[in-house]
Amino acid sequence: MADMNRRVFLHRGTAALIGCSAAASPWLTTVTLAQGAEVLGDQRLVVVILRGAMDGLDVVRPEGDALYRSYRPNLLGEPGLPLDGFFTLHPRLGGLMPLWQAGELAFVHATSTPYRDKRSHFDGQDILEAGTGLDVLQPEVRDGWLNRMLQTVPGLSSETAYAVGRDALPLLHGAAGVRSWIPDQKLAISAQGRRLLEEVYAQDPLFHAAAMQAMDLAQSQAFEAEIHRQVEADIAMQEQDAGMQAEGQMSDAPARTKRESESEDLAAFAAGRLRGNTRIAAFSLSGWDSHRNQAQVIGGSLQALEQLILRLRQDLGDVWSNTTVLAMTEFGRTARENGNKGTDHGTGGAMLMAGGAIRGGKVHGRWPGLDEAALYDRRDLMPTTDVRSWAAWTMRGLYGLDRSVLEQAVFPGLQMGDNPGLLR
Amino acid sequence: MLDALSGEDAGAALWPGPRLGGVLQVTESYRMARRNYRLNNTPEARHAKDEWNARFNADADAYLRRTLARAIDSPDGFRERLVWFWQDHFTTTPRRVEETLISASRTDHAIRPHVAGRFADLLRAAILHPSMLLYLDQVFSVGPDSDVAQTKSIGLNENLARELMELHTLGVSGGYTQGDVRQLAELLTGLVLTGRGRTGFLQRRAEPGAEQVLGRSYDGEGIDPIHAVLNDLARHPDTARHLSRKLAIHFLSDTPDEAVIDRMAAAYLANDTALLPVYAEMLGDPAALSTTFGKVRPPMEIIAAGMRAIGMRGSDVMALEPRLLRRHVRVPLIAMGQGWEDANGPDGWPEDAETWMTAQRVAARISWAMQAPTALWAARGGKQRLPDPRRVLVRSLGPVASPVLQQAVTRAETARDGVGIVIASPEFNRR
Repeated sequence: MADMNRRVFLHRGTAALIGCSAAASPWLTTVTLAQGAEVLGDQRLVVVILRGAMDGLDVVRPEGDALYRSYRPNLLGEPGLPLDGFFTLHPRLGGLMPLWQAGELAFVHATSTPYRDKRSHFDGQDILEAGTGLDVLQPEVRDGWLNRMLQTVPGLSSETAYAVGRDALPLLHGAAGVRSWIPDQKLAISAQGRRLLEEVYAQDPLFHAAAMQAMDLAQSQAFEAEIHRQVEADIAMQEQDAGMQAEGQMSDAPARTKRESESEDLAAFAAGRLRGNTRIAAFSLSGWDSHRNQAQVIGGSLQALEQLILRLRQDLGDVWSNTTVLAMTEFGRTARENGNKGTDHGTGGAMLMAGGAIRGGKVHGRWPGLDEAALYDRRDLMPTTDVRSWAAWTMRGLYGLDRSVLEQAVFPGLQMGDNPGLLR
Repeated sequence: MLDALSGEDAGAALWPGPRLGGVLQVTESYRMARRNYRLNNTPEARHAKDEWNARFNADADAYLRRTLARAIDSPDGFRERLVWFWQDHFTTTPRRVEETLISASRTDHAIRPHVAGRFADLLRAAILHPSMLLYLDQVFSVGPDSDVAQTKSIGLNENLARELMELHTLGVSGGYTQGDVRQLAELLTGLVLTGRGRTGFLQRRAEPGAEQVLGRSYDGEGIDPIHAVLNDLARHPDTARHLSRKLAIHFLSDTPDEAVIDRMAAAYLANDTALLPVYAEMLGDPAALSTTFGKVRPPMEIIAAGMRAIGMRGSDVMALEPRLLRRHVRVPLIAMGQGWEDANGPDGWPEDAETWMTAQRVAARISWAMQAPTALWAARGGKQRLPDPRRVLVRSLGPVASPVLQQAVTRAETARDGVGIVIASPEFNRR
């Protein structure tokens, strides 16, 4: 019966996509909050989806376990930075050590979604973003868990949540109004053209919603200003690149890579919104699928993640103390290195938490050990928790959502377990 | 449609691309010129590098141009759509700049010749094409007990083996296990690129002994066991269903009738993986004839259809200045969410409408519709006025255009706005 309800709910989500408003949500009565931009209070939540399966065992290294080094003789380059006596941090996240010391950085280890065995990136990401267990057939789930969370809160404006960046973000798809932003996209259209297009789009709800938002966004002054800033920055960077090529050599100073600067730009935009009425922002960061030369592959991605967090912290200022960042991935990678100084698809992985609102300086989760018998399928880190439970406790802590709402509407079928005390 | 498919490939005949040998030669010359310039910073080395750079970029642009030109000019539109479908099914993207031409060339060499043939041949050509071996790390994978592994610290990589079963053949719900992935990965060891960049096989990199994949044993020297497993994977009933479902979702609707999938899969298995009988079952479905507008046309299709709607020819695209190709094709494709040869992963581009319909991506579609036709039309030289929007409407949408759209087009203040409204309309953007 519980399954039945879940399916009905998720079907409703699909129906809502084609025109019903959040007012149709069956969860409206379970949460009572003030109206307007204040409905979610002061707390900010930033979710980063790390696409490609981040190797949790490389990022938060269980060096206290003697087997670790024996599994990875060719993989570990520079030594990790000590965290708690057992785990060390990947050196390319070294810029986050001050946050660790200030209690603004934490990790969860040996965690995963309920997804097992096939180890497909795409199914893994679908399940991570849909937030479902495996008892719900994927094609039925058309909305993401962060959107369903928004659906449970009445009175939100579309300004409340932003999907930031070029990649599609199924995490925020769904009936609740959400805005999206991509650097340097602008729309040039005549006033008459706009009026006529509005008539033409009125026939097509999906198109209409996206197009109206696009045209509104394009006409807002703040948006234009951001675009100009962005375009200037891009041009400056291209000129710099061109200059370096003309010289035929690279300068000694470590140049900011395109990825780092893009992730900083996204963070800067998100911070600007979060300082205003926006409470939720989500990104995705790809580049973790390290089948080969893991040190290089993951190094650049970690650097981009570090820049993203540091820029958020810098630009958020006072608001950082009310901010929680969750960075999660579809699954971890094999405990042993493969034949190409890389790792293949695995199961248990790690999640990163940052922000002034968290109680950091800790690696959460029960450590399962690395003995072959303790590994999942004798190859992967054994997951000891459901990654959704950490996100659920975070949202409960930030927004006071009822446990039943989180376990049924947001993450159907989740058992949250005991409060792990993630927040201050 | 099917008659045309059994004939010659009209698109490739109109706008033929270079052979693999030529692609590899340009790639190698480009790589050497860059390397030489890094090592010897002389004016001559620099000049040679710039020359090869220009040649390489022009060749890369030509793949994009030909793709559009064929879509615009070919009388056999269904074949072009099949080519796009299968090249996406076997997505590769360049890992390094110098792999750009090799990756783009797989469509001409491995996809086009087989879209109306047998899937078993298509699979073999696509998997063994250098672009796939590079993209999914196969050229770096060696057997853990091979001769090479005894002296070098290098070993197995599961990447291609997993995607081959998950994406290219059986599908993720197919009946394979992690053990099969591992065994297939061992079976695929030995595949390499030769010094000239062609696919080859080196026994000393191959895992010795037999491998068990899906309950069948593969043994023997050389590449034959690999051909055998690809053949068996192509003929597997899970593959028949996976491919039939994917085709039906792409060409019919997001929720195709299960009965048509059954018929397609049965035709596939009864005809030794021949694709024409599968397409025939698909096109025989009533959904093939109805225009439900449930699907959103992907950006590349919008640009090709937009060019065709205003009356551009393939030769116009081929002659477009590189600067304009970049501004009106490459950059808009990125903004609409489908950068050329830049899919996010080996699963290719998404199918669902919502992915393409975010505010920013719709903004990019509207911008292109409002601006690009005028600029592209002017670039042809000669008669500079855009064609009458009403003609564009009839030519591109015919009876499908709603009365609201027909009215809006006649009320536009300028031809530019009128054409823009046609191309930005829901009717044009869906099918």
